[in-house]
Amino acid sequence: MGCGVTKTSEFNRKFDKAMKAAVLIQRWYRQYAARMEVRRRYTWNIFQSMEYADLQDQIKLYNFLGYLMDNFTPSRNLISHIFRENEVCRDAEWERYFSYNNITVPDIYSGPRLTFPLDMDQAAHLVEAFKNKQQLHSRYVLQLLLETWKLLRVLPNINRVSTCHSKEITICGDLHGQLEDLLLIFYKNGMPSLEKPYVFNGDYVDRGKDSIEILLILFAFLLVFPGDVYLNRGNHEDHIINLRYGFTKEVLNKYKLHGKRILKLLQKIFSWLPLVTVIDQRVLIVHGGISDTTDLALIARVDRHRYVSALRPPKKKTPSRTNVYADSERYDEMIICKNRRGSLTFPKPFGARESFQRRSLQDFSSTILDLLWSDPMSHDGCIPNEVRGGGCYWGPDVTEGFLNRHNLQLIIRSHECKQDGYEFCHNRKVLTLFSASNYYEVGSNRGAFVRLGPDLVPYFVQYQATSMTRGLSFPQNVKRTEHTALKVLREQLFVHKSDLLSAFQEIDKENTGLICLNDWASAIERVLHLDLPWRVLHPQLVSSTTDGKLDYHGWFRDLALKKPSSEHIEQTMLETLYRHRSTLETIFRIVDTDNSGLITFEDFRQTLKLLSAYLKMEISDEVINELVISTDTNNDGSIDIDEFMEAFRLVDKKLKQQ
Amino acid sequence: MADKYSADTIITETQKRISNAFDVFDHESNKTVDVREIGTIIRSLGCFPSEADLHDIIAELEEEEPTGFVRYEKFLPTMTKILLERKFRPITEDLLLQAFEVLDQQKKGHLEPEELTKYLTQEGEPFTQEEMDEMLSAAVDPDKNVILYKDFVSMMTFDDTR
Repeated sequence: MGCGVTKTSEFNRKFDKAMKAAVLIQRWYRQYAARMEVRRRYTWNIFQSMEYADLQDQIKLYNFLGYLMDNFTPSRNLISHIFRENEVCRDAEWERYFSYNNITVPDIYSGPRLTFPLDMDQAAHLVEAFKNKQQLHSRYVLQLLLETWKLLRVLPNINRVSTCHSKEITICGDLHGQLEDLLLIFYKNGMPSLEKPYVFNGDYVDRGKDSIEILLILFAFLLVFPGDVYLNRGNHEDHIINLRYGFTKEVLNKYKLHGKRILKLLQKIFSWLPLVTVIDQRVLIVHGGISDTTDLALIARVDRHRYVSALRPPKKKTPSRTNVYADSERYDEMIICKNRRGSLTFPKPFGARESFQRRSLQDFSSTILDLLWSDPMSHDGCIPNEVRGGGCYWGPDVTEGFLNRHNLQLIIRSHECKQDGYEFCHNRKVLTLFSASNYYEVGSNRGAFVRLGPDLVPYFVQYQATSMTRGLSFPQNVKRTEHTALKVLREQLFVHKSDLLSAFQEIDKENTGLICLNDWASAIERVLHLDLPWRVLHPQLVSSTTDGKLDYHGWFRDLALKKPSSEHIEQTMLETLYRHRSTLETIFRIVDTDNSGLITFEDFRQTLKLLSAYLKMEISDEVINELVISTDTNNDGSIDIDEFMEAFRLVDKKLKQQ
Repeated sequence: MADKYSADTIITETQKRISNAFDVFDHESNKTVDVREIGTIIRSLGCFPSEADLHDIIAELEEEEPTGFVRYEKFLPTMTKILLERKFRPITEDLLLQAFEVLDQQKKGHLEPEELTKYLTQEGEPFTQEEMDEMLSAAVDPDKNVILYKDFVSMMTFDDTR
């Protein structure tokens, strides 16, 4: 029994112990990670269902406004301008309207001064300037946009790109105003150039706070490298969607003097963005997706610029220059609600006046709608996309058929946020690519871009803008995101308070204030129509007693509206206004025709009347007066929209007390 | 108390829990989940199986011709049995701490990231690089660049109960 033997057996024992310890730690950590994953998963479900529910609200609102237009209601005048095509002028006259020549740039301006034609250095300089939080002067903005508009007008509906000369093409998905992500992409991959072609797949704006900067950068590179930068249109390149999702507000805040002009020009630019891109005649890149009737030959032929907004179907070309707006024409424009096709406008019977022209108008509208709004699904078929309210859900069989018909091998699309920045489906024939990291909340997801070489094999790069996530570990990320999701969810529950309470009280006939989990969950499902794992979520939302019953009054008590009730305005009225605050704000912005952020008392009154008609609920004059007075108005007889909406924030009473 | 929690009640409650956990991963709402999520689902129900344990369970749950999916009808009885028999019991805080202490052979009171990485990616049921990175992001003290495992264990087990 020499030293060696003892050492070996000692070593073996130690080794054995160490291995057992390692196994234990691994076993334990995997369990912890799994529980984190579940929380991350349902947090994700919460965000997605809320996003889509909000989108549906927008659709409903627009349907309602369309209804008002049809029925010659008094408030028609407030909103008719958004339905008017305004195509009375020629392009040349529009160019005069958008003229920037009379805008002087003060000496004190330290931002980039552009000279046209642009070159690569100026484009790079622009990126650098935005990185340093500078703002481009409106004169240059208008000039750049005008040049962009001129260029886009000569581009075809289908961008055709080739990977010849061993060029690798980089493709990016949704950016949604998140400049940090675009800068990260350029940092990792280099800026667009002759050697580095890029395709951007839509949704450049809304939600994030630097939408205009992203557009300016992309357009600058488009102008410098028109053969190597390709832009597709997304469903957010739509001025009516922008009213609700932040882009309009951003531009008006950043460009107080010329914002309106800039927005009008952008409206035209958006309608002139190409619809799809095809690489090597093998890969299709489109923002939303396809349907069972998508046909590239048809897409190549449409007048894409007449499709200004998804929520405003194109008018027939009127020969006269006067702005005729007869009701009969409105009928012609309605997208028909066919047996399997969803419609974005108020569905009405078409009548016997079908004509070939009308049908082709409708066909091309729904064609473009499909391209920009559709989502893939896992089972076969093609059904209306009721979640979004436009486009369709298409199945693997539709993908197969489409690819075969057109001799393609892959569809790259965006439109849906994915946790890892990208995701394949339909037997890896469809790729979803999303480039806005931390989209729902800090740490919620990564972004990704993809490179395709001549072999057309995708190479992915994932990233996460870290300035906010720096220092946060994975579990901290999950918890933070979960916290936000639950906050949003609690708000949603609050918003449906009266309906929920009635549902609960129907079950709890003895009024004990307690209800069992099953009943609670089914009541919530019935009222909210949100497909979420309520039973898994319940501990975070409602407190339970020792014998497993839930106290359904508890969490209502803790939440309250910031704006206190007063003599004429009851709590329930405020709660209703709170529930519809997005709609209310959207209507305000529509009514605010000069985009100043202010509306007159009279228009405010009219807006609330409009809302009351929409909600089929009375909002009395006393209430309206009270709201007008209690909002801290400027002394010039107008109401600041932002200030008014500020009153409708939900506050946690517990925090207020602290 | 005893009659309130009769065997039947326990079974029903257990099955409801299983059903709810299953639903979180049932993306198409057709009572199937991807076989790769089974481990996560089982663990989310409070069990601590090893990878070898999971391998056996999955073999039981798969169809004769593996489809990549597991059906709820098969999952429910298997999982009910696991929960009622309390297989794969939790690892207590003490046990976990002891395990770290075993790895800390020099009794420093902390572990270097390289040390821990070596053990966990090479021994036992090795971590993937991703798993290791995730754990390190939570475990490594950013100032001292070591793993103060005592604090780490307390923090993680506290989190679990919230």
